[in-house]
Order: sequence, then C-alpha cells, then structure tokens
Amino acid sequence: MSCHETKTFIDAYSDGELDLVRSIELEHHLNDCSACAALREMRRSLQRAVRIDLLRYRSPDELKKRLRAALAAQDRRERQESRRMWSWISRPWPLAAASAAAMLVIAALWLRPVPNSVEREVVDSHVRSLMASHLTDVVSSDQHTVKPWFAGKLDFSPPVRDFAAAGFPLVGGRLDYIDNHAAAAIVYRRNQHVINALVWPVHTPDQGFRNGVKQGYHVIETVHGGMECWIVSDLNADELTQFANLFVTFPSQ
Amino acid sequence: MTSVVDSAKLARFEQAVLTHLDAAYNLARWLTQSSDDADDVVQEACLRAFTFFDSFQGGEDGRAWLLSIVRNTCYTWLRKKNARESAMEFDENLHTPLADSVDAETVQMRRADSEMVKQGIEKLPPEYREVLILREMEGLSYKEIAGFIRLPIGTVMSRLSRARQRLSDLLTAPAGRESLK
Repeated sequence: MSCHETKTFIDAYSDGELDLVRSIELEHHLNDCSACAALREMRRSLQRAVRIDLLRYRSPDELKKRLRAALAAQDRRERQESRRMWSWISRPWPLAAASAAAMLVIAALWLRPVPNSVEREVVDSHVRSLMASHLTDVVSSDQHTVKPWFAGKLDFSPPVRDFAAAGFPLVGGRLDYIDNHAAAAIVYRRNQHVINALVWPVHTPDQGFRNGVKQGYHVIETVHGGMECWIVSDLNADELTQFANLFVTFPSQ
Repeated sequence: MTSVVDSAKLARFEQAVLTHLDAAYNLARWLTQSSDDADDVVQEACLRAFTFFDSFQGGEDGRAWLLSIVRNTCYTWLRKKNARESAMEFDENLHTPLADSVDAETVQMRRADSEMVKQGIEKLPPEYREVLILREMEGLSYKEIAGFIRLPIGTVMSRLSRARQRLSDLLTAPAGRESLK
C-alpha cells in the first residue's frame, strides 16, 4: 500500500471500519514507513484527546425536568385528541348515516306523489284480499254485525251499510293498514266482482270522485265527511261509480 | 378520563429513547455551541421524537434514531437563527489538510488540555465537527453516520479524515496554538 492510500484509509483503519485485506496491507506499510506510522500515532493521540470525558456535555437536570413535564403534557394532549378523534369517528357516524338515510327516505316519500303511493297500497290491499283468502275478518251481510266488529278495533267508526237492494250486497269487514293509517276495509260484491272500500279518517275537506285505473283495477278516491275513501274493484267503471255514489252518501252515523 | 399516570407510550419512549438524552444533549451542545440553544433543540427534538415514536421500530437503535432527529432539529434551528451562516455553502475542498507531509515534529502532538481540544473542535466547520462528535463521542459506525447525513460511506470516511487532520493542525501548528490561546 502506498503512502497516499494509507492517508486515505488511516481513519477507516483507526475506526475499525477497514476491511481485513486492506487492514493487513496498511499494517505492512506502517511497519515500513515511519511517516505513516507517525500519522497513525497522531490519530491515536487525537482520538484519546477528543474522547476524554471532560469534553462530553451532560444534559442539565433542569432540562430533564422540563422535558419530562413537556412530554407528559404532550402525551396527555395526544391521548385526549385520540379519544376525541375516536369518539368522533366511532359514535356519531352511524347515527349521522342513519339519519341521513332516513332523511333521504323521508324526502323520497315526500316528493313522491302521495295519491299514487296510496293508490298502490289500496290496490295491493285489494289484490291481497283476493289472493290470500283473507277477504274478510268478519263475514256478515248484516251491517249491524260488521259495524260493531270494527268498533272494538279502530278509533273511528267506518260507514257500514248494506246495499244489497241496489245489487251490492255487503260481504264483511277487514282491518287493513294503508298510508300509515289503520283502515277499515268494507267488502261488497257485485255479482262475482269483489269491491273493497277502504276508509280512514282525515282532516281534509270533502273532495269529489277521482277515478283511476291501476293494474287493471278501477279505483275511485274521494273524501267525504272526514273520511278518506278508496273504492277498488275489477268491476267496470260505470258500475263502480254507481256503487261509490251509494257508498259515500252515507247518512250520519 | 385522563390518567395522571404515564401512558404506555410514554413509558416505552422513556426506555427506548430518553435514556440517550445525554448523547442527544452532547450532540446538540457541540452543534449549536450554546447551552441555551442546546436546551431548546433537545426539548424540541424530543417532543418531535415522541410525536413520531409510533414510526419507530422496536428493533432500531433508539440512540441513533434520537441523534438523527437532534441533528435535523439542530440544523433547522441554526438555519432559523443565523441565515447568514447557512447561506455559506460548505466546500470540502476549502478544508483540505493544510500540510500534506507529516513531519515528526508535528506528529508529536503537544499535551493539549481538554480546553484546547474543545476550542479546536469548536473551530471546526460544523460539517467536520458533526462527524467527529458522532464518531468519537457517540461511537456511531460509518454506516450509521452515513444514514444520518445522507451521504455515501466513502464521503463520511473522507470527511472524518479531514476533520481529524484539521483538528490536528489546529492543535499542533504554532499559528493554530496562537489563535487558540
């Protein structure tokens, strides 16, 4: 190894960072070269001089005390923040999500044309009553049987009359639930056609007939004497209107 | 409820990092050359270390980790404190050894008391002082120092070599001795 190389590697050698092969080569050179040997001695004495304990600064006790206090304060702050963050993340979000979803549902219901929605429910109710042989809860052609039956189950008194004389015999009554109301379903028959008259109380003024057709069923809606009335049947429109005229001209109860 | 008892994180931090507070202070004190600045730098560095303690891997050397944060904090601190000093770019070539040949007279380093050595180290450019402190006082490996200052190991070696040569020159040259006195 040359003197130049030795000067390059003398520090790595002194620090034990030189690889074994070059360390051996360097040591060979030090044996032969007094100048480089002197350099090594100088490095050694310098290291001893710099490493003496007197040159090391020690952290003052005052700093340690101050630091511990600052760290404890920061630790408390971090834990409070993480708690706050956690409670913020964990608790209100499902609630917020749920209420947002609820708002959407409410908005959807609100924006949706209510009559259509009710009309659908009424028709569904009618179809259900025909399908599940659940046309009636109380089977009677006697209005004086049907009407008291409702009295125990509803907080209003539905109009129940028999129109057998006009060709619309009373079949019975049924409880239903339409547009978030308990409703009275009063069932009539015209020949082989079933007529469902769904009734529940409302606070809107009287309103004339509104005719519609849905899923092949004729639907007549009207408000009369504080009662919302929906009349549904597969009966033809004329005869159903005839029935509706009979039904809504109910006398005072 | 907030407990007055130290948290688990703080306890782990004490054990892994705070036990090296003296090393942190020594480095900060040598780099800032002021006890007031060293106090502030160490406190700031420790609080930063605590904040980022979650990123500290258990297997790592807590001392090297803390020292690297102290070093960075020192330079940020010094840059803020003295914009002029940081504006001066460090040029390795300006700090090459004064004498290429080493005669026996110079090699015999006079018995220098610690105060002289201290003043000599303080006179070194910060870049030299830094590698010297990290190596001689903290005993870090070249690789660890290279990791700190983000330079190749070879550069660490040559910088350390020049730092020692420079310090030797300061302590042995008559002119250096004059200026130290």
